[in-house]
Amino acid sequence: MSSVLQDHSAALRRRPRLTAWLPYLLSLPALLVCVGILVPFITAAWYSLQRYNLAMPMTRGFIWFGQYIDLFTDPDFWNTVQVSAIYTIATVGIELLLGLGIALLLRERSRFNNLVSVALLLPLMTAPAIASLMWKLMTNPNFGVLSWLISLLGVHDFRWASDPRTAMFTVVLVDVWVYTPFMMILLLAGLRSLPPQPFEAARLDGVPARFVFFRITLPMLTPYLVTATLFRLLDSIQQFDIIYAMTQGGPGDSLMVFQVRAYLEFFQYTNVGTSAALMMVLWAITYALSNVFVKQWLKLRERAHGTA
Amino acid sequence: MERHDGWFRALRAMALTLVLLFFLFPIFWILLMSFQNNEQILRLPPSLVFRPSLGNYIALISGKLQTSAGVLDITFLHNLWNSVLLSTCSVALSLLLGVPAAYAFARFRFRLGEDIAFTLLSFRFAPPLLVLLPLSLYFQDLGLSNTYFGLIWVYQLICLPLILWIVRGYFEDASPDVEYAYRIDGHSWWRAFTRIAIPLAGPGIAAAALLSFIFAWNNFVFALILASADKQPVTVGALAFVTASGIQYGQIAAAIVLSILPTLALALYAQRWLVEGLSLGAVKG
Repeated sequence: MSSVLQDHSAALRRRPRLTAWLPYLLSLPALLVCVGILVPFITAAWYSLQRYNLAMPMTRGFIWFGQYIDLFTDPDFWNTVQVSAIYTIATVGIELLLGLGIALLLRERSRFNNLVSVALLLPLMTAPAIASLMWKLMTNPNFGVLSWLISLLGVHDFRWASDPRTAMFTVVLVDVWVYTPFMMILLLAGLRSLPPQPFEAARLDGVPARFVFFRITLPMLTPYLVTATLFRLLDSIQQFDIIYAMTQGGPGDSLMVFQVRAYLEFFQYTNVGTSAALMMVLWAITYALSNVFVKQWLKLRERAHGTA
Repeated sequence: MERHDGWFRALRAMALTLVLLFFLFPIFWILLMSFQNNEQILRLPPSLVFRPSLGNYIALISGKLQTSAGVLDITFLHNLWNSVLLSTCSVALSLLLGVPAAYAFARFRFRLGEDIAFTLLSFRFAPPLLVLLPLSLYFQDLGLSNTYFGLIWVYQLICLPLILWIVRGYFEDASPDVEYAYRIDGHSWWRAFTRIAIPLAGPGIAAAALLSFIFAWNNFVFALILASADKQPVTVGALAFVTASGIQYGQIAAAIVLSILPTLALALYAQRWLVEGLSLGAVKG
């Protein structure tokens, strides 16, 4: 083994220039393609410091942090923060509990359980925008099967996404439908990769099931729980497809999450500056989150590939 | 750990039934709707027994939509074609760019290597509109807005991180000794890469390609902002179709079925690799 490595480095030493440059040559095209994308990012930061409305080019000017000050004193902005926070916490919380529950149900490897877990992947593979359309058809007040079912329960004017009081519930429901399977398969993979010895020992000792769950299963599963949760947090706080396809942020501004509001500021009010400032705030949040996430993810990845 | 008494089993069966009902019913119901005409759809209470017809699919495929306002031309098949074209080309380009890069990150420790890898990964987590809104202005100046080329370029933001990080894991799992031995036999680096490394990582590359195809197909926001009607994929096209067709609910359902069928079929085919792909290689399935 070591002699092979020595031979190898000797062989490489013959062409030192190539070896030094090779990794850069290999990764450069991928990087270059993406650098083109980095330019707009810097532009967005630049726009966020300007008063810039496409409809009023004459008023364009550099105003330092004026845009951000306007934003932070605007109740609409705080509504966006609140709506995004509620959406994110509700979806990720429900998906985590539900996903963990389903993963525990399917924990044992059997043909039936595997079949069920494969079937549950289907919502996850549905485009979120299309999933919204599916639920829109099912909650249509005239013929929607869910509207009909809920009227059987005696609730007659439940208007799903078109009522500001239930709009949040409706989009959270769609998000839960699409993304719970994500939590489920990650946690299921985690559960099945746990070493069996502690569980066998606990069974031999007759340890009660609740104790096993809280003292053995949960602590051992924590890295998976944290990774899956962070992953979903990062996606959920940026949700656009489901909400835009369902109500475009309405009714009123009851579903104006960050990206939907930035989109409307840009295309409806041609307010480039405000929209860029909104996106910079969201970027700061996701950047902080993704740093925590990447650390967690690397740890788990090392483990997955270390034991493989 | 688990008590296999009657109560426990009954509860478990009930819970699983509810779970399956919640997650599969919408797909099942939309599938039924796609074979119904408006009259059947509007009937209350909804009935599982009806005479199925292919009328909705025929209307979509022929591109002629009967509405109360007359015959409407629809381009849904064109949207479907756009989805196929955009997803396939994006994945092909991503493989071309991503597999060599993944190999570089897996085999070589080089200055800035990890930084470059992380920069590429960070695209997965940045808010897409942050980049898309300024990009829409640039694309107008560059003449790239509403071109396949521009869209495929931007789709790299979805496909490239996925391919890079999954394939990298597969290259790292394969021992480099075989490649070294092959090179000592006098073969060039390039031959070792194409004859040894790529075939060994083959399953990983295939999985990453399938998954990034699914994600490219399901993407909505990129084309919503950068493409007009004639270049839009099904995700955006279906939304426009809902507005255009008004109350032709059966056809909407048929359009939804046609839009999700390819990804669902691919997902069932690729399910073995899904866990690894979804977690960017952090969790082995």
